Amino acid sequence: MGYKIVVCAKQVPDTREISGDAMKADGTLNRSALPAIFNPEDKNALEMALELRDRYGGKVTVITMGPPRAAEILRESLEMGADDVVLLTDRGFAVADTLATSYTIGRAVERTGGADIILCGRQAIDGDTAQIGPQLAGRLGIGQATYVTEVLDLADRTARVKRMIQGGFEVLECRLPLLMTVPDQANEPRPPRAKLIMKYKRARAPWELASQVDPDGGLPEDDLARKLGEIEYALAQKDLLIHEWDGQAIAADMERTGYDGSPTRVMKIEPAVLKKTEHKRVEPTEQGLAELIHELAEDHVLG
Amino acid sequence: MPNFFEDNEDLKFNFDRLDLRKIIDLKENEFAEADDYDYAPHDHEDARDNYRRVLSLVGDLSANFIEPRAEDVDLEEARYENGEVHYPRGTAEALGRLADADLMGFTLPRRYGGLNMPTVTYAMAIEMVSRADAALMTIFGLQDIAETIHDFADDALKDAYLPQFAEGSVTGAMVLTEPDAGSDLQAVATSAQPEENGDEAGTWRINGVKRFITNGCGDVLLVLARSEPGSRDGRGLSLFLVEKGEGVRVRRIEEKLGIHGSPTCEIQFTNAPAKLIGRRKRGLTTYVMALMNGARLAIAAQALGIAEAAYRAALDFAHSREQFGRPILRFPAVYEILADMQTKIEGCRALLCETGRVVDLEKCYGQRVEQMDRSDPEYREARTTQREYAKLAKALTPMSKFYACEIVNEVTSDAIQVHGGSGYMRDYPVERYFRDARITNIYEGTTQLQVVAAIGCILSGDLAPYFEEMRRREYDRPLGTLGKQLGRILDRLDKCVAFVKKKNSREYTDLHARRIVEIAVDAWIGHLLLEQAVVKEKKQITAKHFITRAAAQADARARLVTSGDQTLIRKYETVLEGT
Repeated sequence: MGYKIVVCAKQVPDTREISGDAMKADGTLNRSALPAIFNPEDKNALEMALELRDRYGGKVTVITMGPPRAAEILRESLEMGADDVVLLTDRGFAVADTLATSYTIGRAVERTGGADIILCGRQAIDGDTAQIGPQLAGRLGIGQATYVTEVLDLADRTARVKRMIQGGFEVLECRLPLLMTVPDQANEPRPPRAKLIMKYKRARAPWELASQVDPDGGLPEDDLARKLGEIEYALAQKDLLIHEWDGQAIAADMERTGYDGSPTRVMKIEPAVLKKTEHKRVEPTEQGLAELIHELAEDHVLG
Repeated sequence: MPNFFEDNEDLKFNFDRLDLRKIIDLKENEFAEADDYDYAPHDHEDARDNYRRVLSLVGDLSANFIEPRAEDVDLEEARYENGEVHYPRGTAEALGRLADADLMGFTLPRRYGGLNMPTVTYAMAIEMVSRADAALMTIFGLQDIAETIHDFADDALKDAYLPQFAEGSVTGAMVLTEPDAGSDLQAVATSAQPEENGDEAGTWRINGVKRFITNGCGDVLLVLARSEPGSRDGRGLSLFLVEKGEGVRVRRIEEKLGIHGSPTCEIQFTNAPAKLIGRRKRGLTTYVMALMNGARLAIAAQALGIAEAAYRAALDFAHSREQFGRPILRFPAVYEILADMQTKIEGCRALLCETGRVVDLEKCYGQRVEQMDRSDPEYREARTTQREYAKLAKALTPMSKFYACEIVNEVTSDAIQVHGGSGYMRDYPVERYFRDARITNIYEGTTQLQVVAAIGCILSGDLAPYFEEMRRREYDRPLGTLGKQLGRILDRLDKCVAFVKKKNSREYTDLHARRIVEIAVDAWIGHLLLEQAVVKEKKQITAKHFITRAAAQADARARLVTSGDQTLIRKYETVLEGT
């Protein structure tokens, strides 16, 4: 029987690959200029989920909310060994803040029939809010442990987990169901498996198929629907159809999703321009270097 | 994220140019497995796409997992404690990752859990892994052991062992060398006797000592042993499969100049139980020759990977290091070194790809011929084609190993030179590349043995039709002049071959064999680079750089070969004594 494990993942612009045209004139992110990647710490969460499944048995489902192309990270999840994946996509989900997002994902988790364990990356590299995990736990009314680097033991519906705290770590005993957020210190995510790459490269979500079958949008609706139906059926037979849920599928109150459900308003964006104002000489000695490292660590440039 | 496939334009260029149609046809047998395996391809494009994705996966693992551990692996070294061999931590972790990623059964058929990929793509994977950690290659790159079991052992052995290799739960070793049988494997003395009832299909017992065994601590050992008491040469040797355990003891491991992560073992066999692979007396003559040919291609790829790593380190350094007010890259003495390094690497890669492709064709046709009925009207043609590719593979394999393993020594040495004093220090990785490179032209047959194998194919005339075709090929401007220069190199080759044949002295031929092989290899690479230049403009410069230098060297070599001078043969002892 094993554990029902849900991983929440997000496709993000790769902010580690910032180039000249990464910002628009108004200071917002030019998403099209950056490669879209699997949010790094969500991969750590997935790795932890796969390890738990391998150790204790169960099933790992990865959920992502985003535009159809976010299916890319679901294929990656399947290639790493996830058992099932869900794409939450609906125009009504767009421009969501963390409140609306956690509501939407919460509905999706309920639609899967609930989970024993939910794993989220500590935070996403685009927004850096680290709010989705805790908000989702609150929304679902379950316990949470943040910054978990290791699940030490899992038995009798109790997990013993190790979490990072300032200056050290603590070990907590938590009842299931439990939501955990996972930082990158937790593990080194496994590579995709060659055989699963060859298999799941063909996996598609219905929305992706539509643009593939009818890129110009010229087909009559009936023809398109019939054609899509055939392809979807063939993919489903081979276990290659990615579940795609919209607002209706998760019985969401659309007032609470996307822009409408988001009380956050961006009033102003101020680009921070870093200018060289002064320089400091560091003596090339053990002590000089130690001081430099200390200073950089204090400023969170390092670590 | 760095990726050793995606960041290597030349490797991608070679992959994209590879003509794999026939190979895919034969390997996939009309895509018959598409319904049985969810990871089998449906058509050519699908198969190629799979290969590319897998190579990108290897590139990712090599760059992001293996390479960051390589320095520690080198420092930690494989250890021998209380009769047990331990890999360095990074090696063990990397092997785990490679197995998790399904990469340990690269070329094995799907039936045994393998990926059924061509040898030429496996060679590319080996290049990338070796660029990350040359020592790890000696385990990742030993998949020919499983292939040998696949090609020659009976179904029971195949079913028992191949799935374990493919899933990475076992590793293997080629157990050939003995203290008194190195290059000359005919002298192998380790004995094999069938158990009491004498049934050769039953258990045999192995006794003897083997030395310099790469990964001799592996789980599945292919042991060359004398099955015919009283025999003295290679015809008395058979190949056996021995499992680690009863009667197998690693006595020590060697302390080496390089590839520190790779344990080199001395093994004592005491009545170790063994199974015969294939047929008796074919051990050295057929099976080990096939195994070695595969391993030689793998070592050539290893050498190429190390050279690539060294070149990149040198190029980086030459960009950033400033002397006399400018980056040292701007000085002719330095940029020529770097240009030579890069040109050798690109030439080597072209030759290796061609060799890999030919080896694949030989294997694929070989399997096809085996499955065909002799009365099949296409049988004869398939058989002829297979023989033709076999002939070519037999020549190109030693030529590739010779070239790759020699140039990697030059390239890694030059990489240190570009770094100057810094390169001699452990602070930079180039001294490790230099140490790791040094074994490549020794193991799996020294450079001198590759020359022996290659010169045979050149003098026999087996390659003559190919050289003739190269000579006849006409190139449009601006490549026409280079085509003519290539023709001159081929003329020199002909002259040398005619001269030594006329001279008809074994010793004279042996003395000059290397020079002749060098001219032939340069001609072949020159031809391949010219063909690349036809489709890619940037390669025109590479081809020119290579061919003009090769032509000058061919002149000098040919002058020596055709001098007829016997001084060294007659007086070498005087020279060695000194004055």
